[in-house]
Amino acid sequence: MLYREVGQFKTSYAADQAIFPISQERWLVIAALAAAYLVIPAIGSEYWLLTIMVPFLVYALAALGLNLLTGYAGQVSLGTGGFMAVGAFATYKLTTAFPEFNIVFALLLAGIITALVGVLFGFPSLRIKGFYLAVATLASQFFLIWLFNKFPWFYNYSASGVISAPPRAVFGRVYVTGAEADPRAKYLFVLTMVVLLALVAKGLVRGRVGRAWMAIRDMDVAAEIIGIRPLRTKLLAFALSSFYCGIAGAMWAFIYTSAVEASAFEIDRSFQILFMIIIGGLGSILGSFLGAAFIVLLPIFLDNAPRLAGFEMPVNLVSNLQTMIFGALIIFFLIAEPNGLARLGAIGKEKLRLWPFPH
Amino acid sequence: MDVLTAVLVTPFANMWSNPEFVLEVIIGGLLSGVMYSLVALGFVLIYKASGVFNFAQGTMVLFAALTFVGLIEHGLPIWGAFVIAIVVMVLLAVAIERLVLRPLVNQEQIILFMATIGLAFFLEGFGQLVWGGDVHPLDIGIPKAPLIIGGVLVNEFDLVAAAVAGSLVAILAVFFQHTAVGRALRAVADDHQAAQSVGIPLRSIWVIVWSVAGVVGLVAGIMWGSRLGVQFSISLVALKALPVLILGGFTSVPGAIVGGLIIGVGEKLAEVFWGPAFGGAIEDWFAYALALVFLLFRPHGLFGERIIERV
Amino acid sequence: MRLSKTSLAVAVVVAAVFGLSTSTVFAQNEQFIPRLVYRTGPYAPNGIPFADGYADYLDMIDARDSGIGGVKITYEECETSYNNDKGVECYERLKNKGPTGASLVDPLSTGITYALIERATADKIPVISMGYGRADASYGAVFPYVFTLPATYWAQADAMVQYVGEQMGGMDKLKGKKLGLVYIDIAYGKEPISTLEKLSQKYGYTFVKYPVSAPGIEQSATWLQIRQQRPDWLFMWGWGVMNSTAIKGAASVGYPMDHFIGVWWSGSEPDVVPAGDAAVGYESGTFHGAGQDYPVVKDILKYVYDKNGGHTTRDKVGEVLYNRGVINAIYDLEAIRTAQDKFGKKPLRGENVQWGYEHLDITPQRITQLGADGLMVPIALSCDNHEGNGKVRIQQWDGKHWKFVSDWIQPDRTMLTEMYKESALAYAKEKGITARDCEKVM
Repeated sequence: MLYREVGQFKTSYAADQAIFPISQERWLVIAALAAAYLVIPAIGSEYWLLTIMVPFLVYALAALGLNLLTGYAGQVSLGTGGFMAVGAFATYKLTTAFPEFNIVFALLLAGIITALVGVLFGFPSLRIKGFYLAVATLASQFFLIWLFNKFPWFYNYSASGVISAPPRAVFGRVYVTGAEADPRAKYLFVLTMVVLLALVAKGLVRGRVGRAWMAIRDMDVAAEIIGIRPLRTKLLAFALSSFYCGIAGAMWAFIYTSAVEASAFEIDRSFQILFMIIIGGLGSILGSFLGAAFIVLLPIFLDNAPRLAGFEMPVNLVSNLQTMIFGALIIFFLIAEPNGLARLGAIGKEKLRLWPFPH
Repeated sequence: MDVLTAVLVTPFANMWSNPEFVLEVIIGGLLSGVMYSLVALGFVLIYKASGVFNFAQGTMVLFAALTFVGLIEHGLPIWGAFVIAIVVMVLLAVAIERLVLRPLVNQEQIILFMATIGLAFFLEGFGQLVWGGDVHPLDIGIPKAPLIIGGVLVNEFDLVAAAVAGSLVAILAVFFQHTAVGRALRAVADDHQAAQSVGIPLRSIWVIVWSVAGVVGLVAGIMWGSRLGVQFSISLVALKALPVLILGGFTSVPGAIVGGLIIGVGEKLAEVFWGPAFGGAIEDWFAYALALVFLLFRPHGLFGERIIERV
Repeated sequence: MRLSKTSLAVAVVVAAVFGLSTSTVFAQNEQFIPRLVYRTGPYAPNGIPFADGYADYLDMIDARDSGIGGVKITYEECETSYNNDKGVECYERLKNKGPTGASLVDPLSTGITYALIERATADKIPVISMGYGRADASYGAVFPYVFTLPATYWAQADAMVQYVGEQMGGMDKLKGKKLGLVYIDIAYGKEPISTLEKLSQKYGYTFVKYPVSAPGIEQSATWLQIRQQRPDWLFMWGWGVMNSTAIKGAASVGYPMDHFIGVWWSGSEPDVVPAGDAAVGYESGTFHGAGQDYPVVKDILKYVYDKNGGHTTRDKVGEVLYNRGVINAIYDLEAIRTAQDKFGKKPLRGENVQWGYEHLDITPQRITQLGADGLMVPIALSCDNHEGNGKVRIQQWDGKHWKFVSDWIQPDRTMLTEMYKESALAYAKEKGITARDCEKVM
């Protein structure tokens, strides 16, 4: 009854191939975007915007990048943190060397640099598979962090190795980095970047490129036999995934924390993003967002829950319980739905299409 | 140019002029490698028998060590604490099999991997909840004095660790080759379905494997705890053990030992002789890079099982 | 299963929406201090005593003096696990609590300090990075809201070299000697390098660097190198597990412990206790005293512990990091008191407390009044000097306690002030900030 598709006829191929063919879904997405663009900046406090929404969006973008590589192309990578670092440091070098560059341009250029680095570190994937590849990508992770720690050129010779985002405006006087940036400007900027990049990603995975990736993921020997070139496909996956992760890292450094050192992108970050896509759903754009929400928001919620429920607990007890509950919830969700939260969402949608009829 | 000389010439020149030092570094590397192998063994056991990459191994090492040292601090004698810690690890294995492995049977590897991540978080929080966040010094009488043998410095502690690792491997070898349970474990590692069809109860085997891995983790935890003091950072030794795993192969016990030795030596030699050319502290990524180079020639590790893909 | 899945999802969403609002009712006559602490995670052994010392001091002041100027001091701890994002989240959540908002913030981590500098400056809340953080923030003209009292890493490095020179019979004896630095290869560990290099040119010693990759659980290669190269003196800038591993490493290669000096974050009980007997003789820098033998610490025992309060056990009161927490609290409350002298005895805003800090002048008489003789040094801050010219002392572990082995050393203030200014102005240029004109500031 909710998803009644009665009366929805497609009269053109374009309409048939739309991302959201069911008009109720389309309206839902438009409403969500409207809420994100109009409602949240209006009612959200600075805490909400800067500490909840911005990191959620940045993580979602990184998760999206990793999902392209691991979820769609099947190459398990633990080097995400390293690629985020490349993006952050590349943006820093570009924007300090060329202060007149628009921040968007700097971000995109840094993304391209990260893509090239990603291709370089993606070469082992042609020979190594599965968990072995995952651990091999750790080599790139550790190497990149060491690189950014070791060579002062990357952080403009500051004594401490911390790079600090100079104030940059996206147009006119609308600053998105630096101290005068309005939290709403920051949030809207990040939101726009993420929405556009997610759209691009959705287009990619629905097209030939995405199908080639999924073929490689499912059975790469067979894919090669039917004419998909493994070298190109895998390296393309690494390139695009690193592009996304690089931009996410740059936004992390510039907009979220505004000062970052290489160790912010350590191995823990890589693991965190991998967890997001596994919980959210491998091979799903929506899953990247859901997983990011789960991993970012749940700990904050768990940390604050006792206080909101009204009783005081010592902070270390809260923190330890939070870790335990977090771990237990991961196991619980995996048992309930091994294919991630996105699959739960898809099942829900399927049921809603029929409801209230049973079949 | 400087960089090239520093990488290609100077290290060898240094090595040539200090053969004793080279020997010292190699021996130090071998002994460090043994410590890594201790942790890697736990990974290998679980992967071999249940096909799960146990991300929680590092946390299990920490948890075991915390239990052990906590019991000692409460007044138990060392052997008593050891036995009770073993019992705790067995109970943990039973709980894991029941609550995590059984509901997720037949799922993909990456899902099981994620479940072990959840387990790692849970154990981390639980361990700190019960035993607190402080450092617990652990001293069970392992001698720590530096020995000079023929001009080369060796630490007694490392020799003891090597002996412990060696005996552990020997015990495991005997266990796998000459007991019925060991045979069953090998059967399960070979082929789950075939093993089931001859009547081997998979679930009990998993409990046994996770218990054995837990005990190996306990031993590793005791050794590392004696070295560093029992504290949260011990769970980070798992990251040091990963290159050992990929070099040796996920499914091979001798691979874990050999891999550990190679990584230990490689890492230390690189750090001491090539490190200065790069500004130092290259150990971490070098270990992974070394493992990666080996992988390019043997994609399943030195002794790992070759997985034959069929279309 | 379907029903429970849906209801689970609904429950999560409702809880998430509900769960992220913050509101607590505060009484009006209170001064709120947010407490960023780490009682869990890899650095918990260091964070726990610090947090305990600070909290106990605040409890004691409330119990003994009913707060400062009649205004009760309240605080709320927030767990950061030494994690930058959690630190930022804690700050953002707590900065508006209390009748006048947060009075100040002690990030207790260099990483979190960096992350908070811009935000706190925009929010007008002083960041107190006591003995850590950005050394160049001592040049307050560029960093109005960051305070680095009583001494920075650069000052500590200079004081350590002075101590070594003194031990060798004069600074001229340093010529030709080899001084090494074992450091953890992250921003914090690299802080003293520029100072030590500058001093090596001044005094003619060779400076050798021994980086250890974080977290530093495996250092045998480094110590074999040290054994090979035999530096005459060794400094350490380590953190967490690296410290105790390094001390054991030094013992395992037979390096003389009394020539091994760590920075103040490498010189506390969690660092030496795991090493056992091997650590006897190890030295470290410090800017405060250790032990229970100070009137103010005895007051804490009397007003808090005797009344069954206290965040830790009696025997841990007086540990190095515990006392560090105590003096952090003393500095913070003295700044509030100084601010109250100007703005009145009522709850104050962050900008008022910032004024208090910039005019903080703790004289020896005041120290006696506070009951902290020997525990603290006199300091005096001003608009362009946010460090206060604090002095440094070297202490040594004898197996049970930390004892001073040097007098209070004054680092080379001329050289350091110049270094701070240069670095701060470079930062200002990069960020497009105009430095304040301290002549014009009141």
